[in-house]
Amino acid sequence: MAANPMTQFNVYRIGPEIKLGAFDISFTNASLFMIISSLAILIIFNIGSKKNSLLPNKVQLLAELSYTFVSKMISDTAGLKAKPYFAFIFSLFMFVLFCNMFGMIPYTFTVTSHIIVTFVLAAFIFIGVTIVGFAKHGFGYLKLFVPSGVPAILLPLIVVIEVISYLSRPVSLSVRLFANMMAGHTMMKVFGGFVISLGIVGGWLPLSFSVALTGLEILVAFLQAYVFAILTCIYLNDALNLHH
Amino acid sequence: MIKKIYFQSIFFSFLFSKEAFAAESGGMPQLNPEFWVSQIFWLTLTFGILYIVLSKLILPKISNNLESRRSQILENIEAAEKQREDSEAKLEEYEKIISKSKLEAKNIFSQSREKVLKDISAKREVLDKQIDEEISKAEQEINNLRESAPDKINMIAIETSSELIQKLIGAEVNNSSISAIVDDLSRRNGDKYYGN
Repeated sequence: MAANPMTQFNVYRIGPEIKLGAFDISFTNASLFMIISSLAILIIFNIGSKKNSLLPNKVQLLAELSYTFVSKMISDTAGLKAKPYFAFIFSLFMFVLFCNMFGMIPYTFTVTSHIIVTFVLAAFIFIGVTIVGFAKHGFGYLKLFVPSGVPAILLPLIVVIEVISYLSRPVSLSVRLFANMMAGHTMMKVFGGFVISLGIVGGWLPLSFSVALTGLEILVAFLQAYVFAILTCIYLNDALNLHH
Repeated sequence: MIKKIYFQSIFFSFLFSKEAFAAESGGMPQLNPEFWVSQIFWLTLTFGILYIVLSKLILPKISNNLESRRSQILENIEAAEKQREDSEAKLEEYEKIISKSKLEAKNIFSQSREKVLKDISAKREVLDKQIDEEISKAEQEINNLRESAPDKINMIAIETSSELIQKLIGAEVNNSSISAIVDDLSRRNGDKYYGN
């Protein structure tokens, strides 16, 4: 067993090398867990939406509770105008949540612990939100960088700060998720390594830490998916309702 | 002592492990760009399929289910409300009927009571009259008897005394002279016999 806590994040090829032009798009363990997460979501929600009984069974209740949870989250943060983006935010939340949660099973791979994955998601959100903003408000969307009620002397500085904070959105969004997942899994691995190296005599203390950390990480896995989705809603709110 | 050894061993192990990690670690696999394109490709593919299936097939169904349940619950609530109102109206009607019939029963009772009382008083009057008549008749009879009694008694006395005299002395005595004596006696002793 490798004692290096970072080896769990290694991506390796499963099966043959697949090339698309000059790019290597081989099927990897990351691809496997993306597919597993997506399939799990689709299966659960397909079962949950199949029967329409007045008294829902457990899976249906789960599906409907998730639906109302995300729908309430969107309407609370971005208002009624965000309704067309419900399916996207729902898929996003579920995808991140399931990837995080599958990562909590020992010997699995955490898709969201890779900066490239979270960054692609965040960049897509950033670009999409910007397009939505310009489509809704035209060049008026640039007023987002000019907050009302700011003294004229401070305005150049404020505008620069606003532009930088706007441009750093995808970075902060992706790094937050990636760093949380990576740090948590590394910590768990480190404490797991202590259990092995201290053996039966001293391993109990790190083992109890490891158990506590597992609970914490499950919370973090949910919380980070929630934060990711709600920040998307907030960005969307900025684009949809410019004057708030 | 055992505790001390335990904690010391933990401490040293920490040091040892950290050294081991420092020696082995070779940077973050996340920053190795070897599989970046692959990850982007598969992420786009899986997330795209997930989004399309969810948005086109599954989410509309769930929203439909929720909507139909909501409308059914609303309908049920409406129906229940209607039934409640109905039952309240029925209850009111029932109470009205009850109070009405109670009033009626009271009326009937008091009417019949009055009637009975009237009957009783009428009958009593009739009876009283009859009784009075009977009494007055009896009184009259008594009075008649009383008035006729002294004459009869005098007659009896006269006859008896004439027969007595005839038996005792064998002489015939004129009835008129005896009656004169009896009349005289009865007049004198009338008070004693008749209590007048």
